[in-house]
Formats: sequence, structure tokens, C-alpha cells
Amino acid sequence: MKRSPGALLLRWSGRILVAAVLLFVLLPGIVVAISAFNDRAILVFPPQSWSLRWFWRAFSYPDFAKGFWNGLTVTVWASSIALVVGSAFAFAIHRYKFALRNLLEGILLSPLIIPHYTIGLGVLILASQTNVGRGLPLVIFAHVVMVLPFVMRSTYISLENLDIRLELAASSLGATPLRILFTVTIPLLIPGLLSGWLFAAILSFNEFTATLFVSSHATQTLPVAMYNYVREFADPTLAALSVIYIVVTATLLTIANSFLGLGKILNVDAH
Amino acid sequence: MLMRTNQMAANTSVAGSDKARPAVQLDGVTKRFGDSIALHEAWLKIGSSEFMTLLGPSGCGKTTLLNLVAGFLEADGGEIFIEGALVTETPPHMREIGIVFQNYALFPHMSVAKNVAYGLKTRGVDKKEMARRVDDALALVKLTGFSDRKPRQLSGGQQQRVALARALVIKPKVLLLDEPFSALDKNLRGSMQVELKQIQRELGVTTIFVTHDQGEALSMSDRIAVMSAGRIRQIAAPDDIYRRPADRFVASFVGDANVLNGRLVERSGDAAVVSIGDVRASVPAASIAEVSIGGSVDVFVRPEHLSVTSRGASGSLPGTVTTQVFQGGHVDLYIDAPGSARDHILLRSPGIAALSSCPVGAEIGLSIGSDDIVAFPPGEAP
Repeated sequence: MKRSPGALLLRWSGRILVAAVLLFVLLPGIVVAISAFNDRAILVFPPQSWSLRWFWRAFSYPDFAKGFWNGLTVTVWASSIALVVGSAFAFAIHRYKFALRNLLEGILLSPLIIPHYTIGLGVLILASQTNVGRGLPLVIFAHVVMVLPFVMRSTYISLENLDIRLELAASSLGATPLRILFTVTIPLLIPGLLSGWLFAAILSFNEFTATLFVSSHATQTLPVAMYNYVREFADPTLAALSVIYIVVTATLLTIANSFLGLGKILNVDAH
Repeated sequence: MLMRTNQMAANTSVAGSDKARPAVQLDGVTKRFGDSIALHEAWLKIGSSEFMTLLGPSGCGKTTLLNLVAGFLEADGGEIFIEGALVTETPPHMREIGIVFQNYALFPHMSVAKNVAYGLKTRGVDKKEMARRVDDALALVKLTGFSDRKPRQLSGGQQQRVALARALVIKPKVLLLDEPFSALDKNLRGSMQVELKQIQRELGVTTIFVTHDQGEALSMSDRIAVMSAGRIRQIAAPDDIYRRPADRFVASFVGDANVLNGRLVERSGDAAVVSIGDVRASVPAASIAEVSIGGSVDVFVRPEHLSVTSRGASGSLPGTVTTQVFQGGHVDLYIDAPGSARDHILLRSPGIAALSSCPVGAEIGLSIGSDDIVAFPPGEAP
């Protein structure tokens, strides 16, 4: 088929545009990834000589190891608590009409509007007023507040997609409401629940702003430890950490995708 | 008045064996959604083993009625009985009903066997008997050997069979079918209808079937309840519904009907005579009781009760053929007959003779058969 020059131009300019957008999005990651292999102890681009030693430093620097385990603890606890609480709220909002339903919905979605530093500051003030120590529970509490709306939303969407007739069919077959919940509703919600948990976990593990306010040196998470590191050193260790982080997250998401379908995690509005 | 007679007809002409106690009984059941009335004082008695169809357009309240019997909705007024027991406030899981939904609603995370076994598990049936009954149910719907499949690995027709097996395995007091054929393609639909009817008759299970498809309703039912705008308009056997519709709505919703402009000529007892142009026809008098002699009436005539004669033949209406539609076994003629009818008249001519004898533009005479003509007071909407 013969194309007119105009159509050809349109076709190629379209392709170039897509390539440009992709490059634009990926550029920071690419620059950092390449910098990680720089042999010299400064962040320059492009590197003149190559080395893997910053990867070794990333693993051996004690604050990072501590931050990683702190972060993992906070992430697992915060996402799990948010999963239980958020799902319960999502269920209530989806299934029942009650007086404060809209208010509850608004409050639970408010962390999307309230900035993380406000949450961090608020939790910090609360903690000092009530003399609660700045331990991990405090960090976990702040993280629950931040990831709750995401988990709630994910569960809510799953409930929307669940065919109510499945539950009706079960009840006609003699199943009590509790039995329906455990044999039909929850098994069918599991992909959505796991997706919500995973989404919350990634957010929580990456969270920096609020964590900076509520953590101490003993409870700092990996992003906070990285921030403190970059204030002292300007070597490519952080670039190496970034590469590790991207590889690990990509691997986890690939595994999750093959089990759950990534569309369910990212395309949260799709019905 | 009309409602009352229907109700009495429903109470007396119950088909099936156990006449003493209806399998399902609705006493003036009403359901509102906000300000709108979804179901207005429904009175209905369904005999044991009877196949009762709720027929009507979408929004007529037929699905609401089904959901009320199932217990998925709570009635705002009236009482519901299943096998004589009051169940108006009984939750669905204690009503012992089987239901097949339009989309089948099979549990996607369970195998075919687990789906069918679900209702037996909730009843605490022991493993051995459960396996036997699941096998029997699958054999009944001709799905032996499909036990380990997941619903998504089955075709639409197979999924429907599983849904049917799942509903029947618990030996329900009533089987509810919510438009079960509408998701199937046309060929499969026909064979599934025959099969379902066979199974229903074999098991003798009381069945309530909801559909908007009058063909399905006429072919499968023992009796049909025609519904519109939240009310039951007529309850009768399929042939009665077709031949003696109780009102304009039933006459136009079930089957094709031509509406001819007529006049009431005389009334004697149960029968009346109406005239359409020069043609006279006998109709039941009850449906036009409030029309005075000489007043205008709408006369409903089925397309197959019209036939073609020569123009000017005595007892015929003049008309002009405007369209011919060949339908295989018969020919549909659309005839323009100004004065006799507001719209085109549809005439169903058996065989293929009309293809050549009544070309488009032919000026013909229309004669009206003597059977099954009904008249109603004039009105716009059905």
C-alpha cells in the first residue's frame, strides 16, 4: 500500500515522539544505573573508569543494613495492618449504608490530600505530647495512615468487580453469611487483597518524607539512611543501591504479575 | 375487577398433582424501591411440579418477584409461602430453593464437582453420599467426566448445565430460573430449552421461570403470568394467553397482533359483535363491557387469522400490499388498509403461494377468520 508523504511524516513523528517520551521517563534511572559502576568516589556522568566496589559498600555499610531491616519490619507491619483495617472499612463502605459513610470515606481518602510531611509532623507532635517513644511502632503507625487509602481502594475495586450473584447463589444453596464470606467472598478477593498489600508495601518501603520526621537513628528506614549518607558522602554508593532496588522491585513485580496480573495493581480504576 | 378474576383463576386452575397445597403462594406481595413500586400486590399460586413463567418486558417486576421468592429481597407487604410454610422473613439460605442465573454465577475458583457439591456441603451430607449425588446430578445434565474442570474451561451451554446441576442436587422445593437462556446463541438455546423442560418434567420440580421472550414462555410453560409495570396482568395456560388475552398489554406483548378500528354493534350474553368497515366479527363481551353500543373499539387480530381474498369480495376489507417478507415456511405481507387500521396490517400467509399471488402493489381483499378475535376499549399505548 502506498502512503502519502503526509501520512508517512505523521507516522514517523509519532514514533519519534513515543521514543522521546520513553527516554524522558527512563533517563534518570539510566544515568543513575550507569553512575553506579563508576570507579571514582564522586558522582560524575559519564564515568571514566569502571568498578563494582560501590555495590560492595552498599551491602557492607551498617546503616544501610540496619535501615533495610527497619524498613522491612515497618513495611510488613504497616501493610498488613492497613490490609486488615482498610479491607474492613472498604467492605463496610461497599456493603452497608450508614450515617457517617461519606465522612468515613472522605477521612480515609484524605491522606491523598494531606502531604506526607504534615502526617510526619502531626505524628511527631502527637508522640511528644503523649510521651510515646520514637520506636518502630510510631513509624509503623505513620505508615499505616499513609498506605491505608491505597489498600482500601484496592479492596473496594475488587468488591465492585465481584459478582453479587455468586454470593446470592451460595446463600440459595444454604450457606450462612459467614460461610459465604469464607468460601466465596474472601477467596475471590484474594488477588485484590494481595495486590493492595503489595502496592502498600512498595509505597511504605519507599516512603521518606514522613519517616524522616518520626524516625530516630535507631529506627531509620533505608530511604532515611540514604538521605543521611548523601549528606556525608558523595560517592556512587547510592547509585549502586538504586540499581539493586530497581532490580529487586522489578523481579518482585514480575513474580506478582505472573500470579495476580499487574493490571489489577496499577490500573486500579478499571472495572 | 380484572385482577380479581385472574386471581380466582389462579386459585382454581392449578396444574400438577398436589392440588391441596400450592408449592409457592404469594398473597398480595408488594415491593417498593424508594418511591417506585416494583411489584404491586402480587397474588400467585403455583402448584407442585408446575412450570410457571413470569413473562414481561424489562422493569415489569418479574425479577423482583423472583428475588422475593428467593429471599434476596424483603417484601414491603404481603406474605410468601413455600410448601405451605410462611417464609416472608426467612433468610435465603433457609428457604431450600435452587436458582440458575442468567450468567450462571458459577464459583470461578471451584471445580465443576465442587460447585455442584457446594449445596450438599452446607447441608453436612457425608462424603460418600455427596460424591454419589454429585455424579448423579452431573449425569442428569450430561456432564459426566467434567468434574475436575474449572468453569472458565467450559462453554456457555456447559456452564449452564453445571448451574442447573448445582441448583437441582439439593432437591430444592422450588427451582428459580432467571433468564437462563438469554446468554446462549440461538441454536443452543432451542436445544437447552427442550432439555431443561425434559429434566423439569422428569424430576417434577416446581419451577419459576423468568423471561422477556414470549416464544420461550409459550413453548415451555404450564402457565404464564404476564407482567407489566409491577402488576400481574394475566395468569393462564400458554394457549389461553395467546388466544384470549385479558387486556391490550397481553394481546400486544404475547405474539404479533394487528389493531383494527372497530365499532361495537351488539351484545348478547358473553359474546359481542363488532364491525370493522363492512366486516363483522364475534368477540368476547367481557373485555368491552364499558363500551356502549355504537362506540369504537380496538379489535386485535393475529396475523395468521387474516387471509387474502379478491378485492371487493363480501366480508373483506380493501388493502394494498406494501411489503413482502419471505420467511421460509410462510410469507409475511404488510398491507396498507387506510380506515381499517392505524398502522400497516401484518398478514401471515402459510406456504409460498403469496410470493407470486400478492406482489407489492397488489390491491387485495382481507378476510378475517372467526377464531380468537378480541376487542378492547380504544387506547393509545398497550
